[in-house]
Amino acid sequence: MKATAVVGLTRKDFQTDQEVRWCPGCGDYAILASVQKVMPELGIPRENIVFISGIGCSSRFPYYMNTYGFHTIHGRAPAIATGLKNTRPDLQVWVVIGDGDALAIGGNHFIHALRRNVELKILLFNNRIYGLTKGQYSPTSEFGKKAKSTPYGSIDEPIDPIRIALATNASFVARSIDVEAKHLQDMLRRMAEHRGAAVLEILQNCNVFNDGAWDHLTNKETKAENQLVLEHDKPLLFANGKKGIRLRGLQPEVVEVGEGGADVSEILVWDEKAPPALAFALANMGPGFPTPIGVFRQVERPVYHELEEEQARQVTERLGPGDLAKLLAGRDTWTVE
Amino acid sequence: MESQPVPQPERRIERLDAVTIRFAGDSGDGMQLTGSEFSKASAIAGNDIRTFPDFPAEIRAPAGTIAGVSGFQVQFASHPIYTPGDRPDVLVAMNPAALKANLADLKPGGLIIANTGGFSDANLKKAGYDSNPLEDGSLSGYRVIPVDITRLTENALHGSGLSAREIARSKNMFALGLMLWLYQRPLEKAVADLRSKFVGRPEIAEANEKVLRAGHAYGETAELLPNVYEVPPAKLAPGTYRNISGNQALALGIVAAAQLSGLKAFLGSYPITPASDILHELSRYKNFGVTTFQAEDEIAAISAAIGAAFGGNLGITTSSGPGIALKQEAINLAVMAELPLVVIDVQRGGPSTGLPTKTEQADLLQVLFGRNGESPVPVLAAQTPGDCFRTVLEAVRIAIRYMTPVIVLSDGYIANGQEPWRIPEPSELERIQVSFRTDPEGFQPYARDPETLARAWVRPGTPGLEHRIGGLEKHHLTGAVSYDPKNHELMVRTRAEKIERVAREYPPLEVSGSPSGKLLVVGWGSTYGAITAAVRELRRRGHDVSHLHLRYLNPLPHDLGEILSRFERVVVPELNLGQLRTILRSRYLVDAKGINKVQGRPFQVAELVERLEEHLA
Repeated sequence: MKATAVVGLTRKDFQTDQEVRWCPGCGDYAILASVQKVMPELGIPRENIVFISGIGCSSRFPYYMNTYGFHTIHGRAPAIATGLKNTRPDLQVWVVIGDGDALAIGGNHFIHALRRNVELKILLFNNRIYGLTKGQYSPTSEFGKKAKSTPYGSIDEPIDPIRIALATNASFVARSIDVEAKHLQDMLRRMAEHRGAAVLEILQNCNVFNDGAWDHLTNKETKAENQLVLEHDKPLLFANGKKGIRLRGLQPEVVEVGEGGADVSEILVWDEKAPPALAFALANMGPGFPTPIGVFRQVERPVYHELEEEQARQVTERLGPGDLAKLLAGRDTWTVE
Repeated sequence: MESQPVPQPERRIERLDAVTIRFAGDSGDGMQLTGSEFSKASAIAGNDIRTFPDFPAEIRAPAGTIAGVSGFQVQFASHPIYTPGDRPDVLVAMNPAALKANLADLKPGGLIIANTGGFSDANLKKAGYDSNPLEDGSLSGYRVIPVDITRLTENALHGSGLSAREIARSKNMFALGLMLWLYQRPLEKAVADLRSKFVGRPEIAEANEKVLRAGHAYGETAELLPNVYEVPPAKLAPGTYRNISGNQALALGIVAAAQLSGLKAFLGSYPITPASDILHELSRYKNFGVTTFQAEDEIAAISAAIGAAFGGNLGITTSSGPGIALKQEAINLAVMAELPLVVIDVQRGGPSTGLPTKTEQADLLQVLFGRNGESPVPVLAAQTPGDCFRTVLEAVRIAIRYMTPVIVLSDGYIANGQEPWRIPEPSELERIQVSFRTDPEGFQPYARDPETLARAWVRPGTPGLEHRIGGLEKHHLTGAVSYDPKNHELMVRTRAEKIERVAREYPPLEVSGSPSGKLLVVGWGSTYGAITAAVRELRRRGHDVSHLHLRYLNPLPHDLGEILSRFERVVVPELNLGQLRTILRSRYLVDAKGINKVQGRPFQVAELVERLEEHLA
């Protein structure tokens, strides 16, 4: 909060004069509000922040952020952002993409930005549906999903962005939920601090084409049973502390905690820095398990633009600054009088 | 053939004006190196030269087969030349397949230097020969010099301790030494190059040098030929020269553009033949402020370049036809966002994977019209290897001045072919003006310069100018998303007019030959050399023929229509089925005829002369 005073920005400074045009009730409003809330706290001048999006409902996001912004083409936002960050490391670059954007048409760019550890803050809005094209199933839609293009149910196995991200050796992988404002804002702050690629899957409700996709996680009656909040160095408890996750080998299991059940000491203590197998095991938990939110993994590894800068520095040190006349002449010349 | 040392015979030196040699062997035989070293020696000796490497797409096709033959043709002359020559005077054939694949091109009575050591029964069979052509009289129409290069190389390296494989790989140096002797070229340059090429492996450098000298000495001592040849220096314009290929010239042009504009250059690229060499070359120049990014695919390559351009850098992407097809949507993003970007298309035989290592000019319509919507983009075509340098500088200038993607067309022929290039002094090169808007007062993202209609380039990080751009149609001033029908039409027409205005800056077109008359030959791109040579030949024969070579393919020069109207006939030779011709016909209602070839090879001068004569009848 110290930096806030320096820059002196407020939430209002990040709002634009554009009328926000998502459907009333869309989860994107809540995400926008959280992002606008967190931005002034980061202590970064507005002009040094860029939002880059692809195509889809979520990709309208930059129009509503009073920063630099670029609404690009379907799936390519991570690639465009890579070119920007790599040449302009002074900018903080946020990427806003949807589940179709990031995992179908842009799957390639998503994995390569993460494995290179390009310092992008990637917000992946996952509503498990194609909204802007009016209701086809998406790569994250559940098996059997009945949608416009799958009247008899989808026969595609869904893809999980968290597991994809972990497989790329991404250095920051987290999940949050559109309406969990406090949690979401914590995650945004963590991303902003992270050096390297950071991906945050935001479970988001499309109230028009896939209403209630995450209801079990947001509904007051059921969320305690279904949300597992990952906190570094803390035991994995949920259901108001009555249940927990215990490891049997690498296999997580749900156990009752307390009287007649397991002791808290048996519950897995979460470690963001652990080898990715552990995070993968949690991400892999299916029916009968709660859904983890929070930071799956946060590690330090070399950042792409720093590697690039360092290599250029070393080459320049070795060869000296480029001499154009020498370069044009090459090695073999002859003179005609 | 291995003879005792004999006293050096007196040989007559025969003077020639121009010679064309083709070196041919297995794709692993090192013919490209042999050819380029020979060309270098000729250029340094003052000849004008043009080269044409021709190799299979397979890296190591099965040894001894026709499919695996790799060739390198060079013409060198005592006068200005424009092509690597039509039919070779001399064929160096390292094996039967190389002979079979190239014999039909050799001039009648031409010289064949054949490595008899490569003509084993197995190799003869692989090339489809029933009997040995060196012995069965089938080459009686040529002068054949049989030399057992394989064995002579082994002898030269006897006791060197090198493996049989390493020794076999040195035999190209024997051929080089022999040819350098035959044309009276010094060995020093090749020796120096071998030493620097094998700097970490002195034993290999030494072996190659030994074989090179053995080849040279062999020519000197064995009585193969009654004479040697001399091609005197050509009268080129004064200056300091080097050899350059089109891909090298593009790479150097990009470095120069970065320096002249004061911008950081960012190349996003994905490996593709025949464009990859630009990426290889630029990746070495980190000390020039050039960043190269080998992306995960063609789309990411251009997307990253667009991201760099959005950040206020010089964004460039390089590819060939199939990659350009993948990039088209992203090119359109740069059209809509109005960001400067240079897209280089080194064309190859298509469609689809087509003929990756062969040349063609069939991407013109793709780059002009291959995108959705009304999507005008300036298109420039380079004419010769050295001209690629100037062309890319001009593309950068236009891209920045007009805030638009610009497409540069090269092709496999000039990408790999070399010519002598007069090295420019950096001080002769015009600076490239760049101005970033920094004043927030009255800023509107799509407000335009009244002269160029370009919008302002704003670097993110500039306070007070925060704004959003993107692929959705934008309000003509504020840049807010707009579905207003009238605004869309205004923007479509404005983008078109902006690009049309680029033509205002072109120099007047130059017609070579009479300014009006019977026949105008209109070409573009790499056919420059062949058309120039053909038109000169026709004029020598007394025909009234003029030549116009187009560098700017979009927008077309404003004086083009008037020039076309001054000629009775217009003929457009192209290495496609008539793409420029289609445009000229539709744009100017001119009854242009075509001379079209799609064989993956450049035009030969003689074939153009013959086919143009049909239009003069």
